[in-house]
Amino acid sequence: MRNIFLFIRRHFNLLFFLFLQVLSIYFIAKYSKFHEAALGGITNEMTGKVNSKYYNVQSYFHLKSTNDSLLAANEALYNRLQENFQIRDTSVEIKTDTLALDSLEQHRTFRYMKAHIVSNSLNTSNNYMVLDRGKSGGVFPGMGVIDPVGSAIGIVVEANENYAVVMSLLHKDSHISGKLQTGGETGTLNWNGGDPSILNLTGVSKSAKVKKGDEVITSGYSTSFPKGMKIGKVEAVYKEKSSNLFRISIRTAANFHDLQMAYVIENKHQESVKKILDNLKIQP
Amino acid sequence: MNSTIKNILRFFLLISVQVFVLDKVRLHQMLTPYLYMLFILWLPFRINRSLLMLLAFILGMTVDSFRHHPGFHTAACVLMAYFRPFVINLLIPQEGAETNYDEPSFRSMGGVLPYLIYLSTLIFIHHMWLFILEAWQFSDGWYFLIKSIGATVLSLALILITELLFSRNQRFKTNTI
Repeated sequence: MRNIFLFIRRHFNLLFFLFLQVLSIYFIAKYSKFHEAALGGITNEMTGKVNSKYYNVQSYFHLKSTNDSLLAANEALYNRLQENFQIRDTSVEIKTDTLALDSLEQHRTFRYMKAHIVSNSLNTSNNYMVLDRGKSGGVFPGMGVIDPVGSAIGIVVEANENYAVVMSLLHKDSHISGKLQTGGETGTLNWNGGDPSILNLTGVSKSAKVKKGDEVITSGYSTSFPKGMKIGKVEAVYKEKSSNLFRISIRTAANFHDLQMAYVIENKHQESVKKILDNLKIQP
Repeated sequence: MNSTIKNILRFFLLISVQVFVLDKVRLHQMLTPYLYMLFILWLPFRINRSLLMLLAFILGMTVDSFRHHPGFHTAACVLMAYFRPFVINLLIPQEGAETNYDEPSFRSMGGVLPYLIYLSTLIFIHHMWLFILEAWQFSDGWYFLIKSIGATVLSLALILITELLFSRNQRFKTNTI
């Protein structure tokens, strides 16, 4: 017994060092559980406050580009209005049927909520964003996040009362499903930790017809994003020698260097989809 | 000024510079300069080794909490703090230099070269460990090795500029106080 105490006293620094080192690596590996339980609430609230103060100042420098992106978003929405489409030479009167859209709210699947991005990182291999909208604003983990012009940028992983943490597409654990717009083949999107404007689409079979410049959109297979949100354009196509699959590199539609605002997408059916999958014991 | 108060001020100043200025800098896609380790590098010679590691742990946790994924900087800072006394012991020129001066600097380490080696070794240890931990989830190891060497050079340059801008007067103390 005495020898054990002597050993601890003699090598206290080394043991203390190993303890701290193991503790930090444990944080890295188990971040989500630990973070939610012990630190998440307090630190996110504190850093969120500091970051939103900083955002208040910094947002002025981006007013012009923010305005431009909102203008582009408006343009896209104006072009979708039903009044723009006229059927010529018929006696049919054009009327927008608002019944299914407005008065029957139960038909709605997706709802968009605006939020400001108060902090955004790009320079690590695990990038996160912070939104100034939390549970009190209806933001919950699992919801998708898009930029003002409608390109996917991440998924909410954590939310407290007033702030939400978003796992950016530029994260090693981010695996959202993407789809080639022309052919309809789906694959999984991931990031290799390098250039923040390049993503990889894997799992597309070599029978697919892919060429440079093809649009990649969200597939709608997950509950986070509706079908058809922009992700990016095909930059290059690589044939993997050992398998029957392509590896496609994609230039992102969203500019991750300059993100100021975002929309959080709520899926009204998320709960019921999850319930079915849970009953089947299948992980989505 | 009291050494404790000075170090507490330094802690907050370096963290805010790191989080609000340097984290927004992205040279050549992915290279970010790190300055906050200067807090550990400038701590007094005679600090307790356990306390040194504990302070490094707190420093790393604070930086990590702004990045929403705790652990990376904490691990790197603790490793750097663990190696600091060994590097100092190797480089200190004459007996008793650490009692004659308070903190590591050009003068107290006995010249430009020993201090440069001190800085670059510890910064490289920090960056190396940080990028290894980040790279372990990705396959591309070479990219991260080049990245860590590049980041070390960048951080070293930044620290030298800081050193020149904010010169610290290291008074020579006799052994008899």
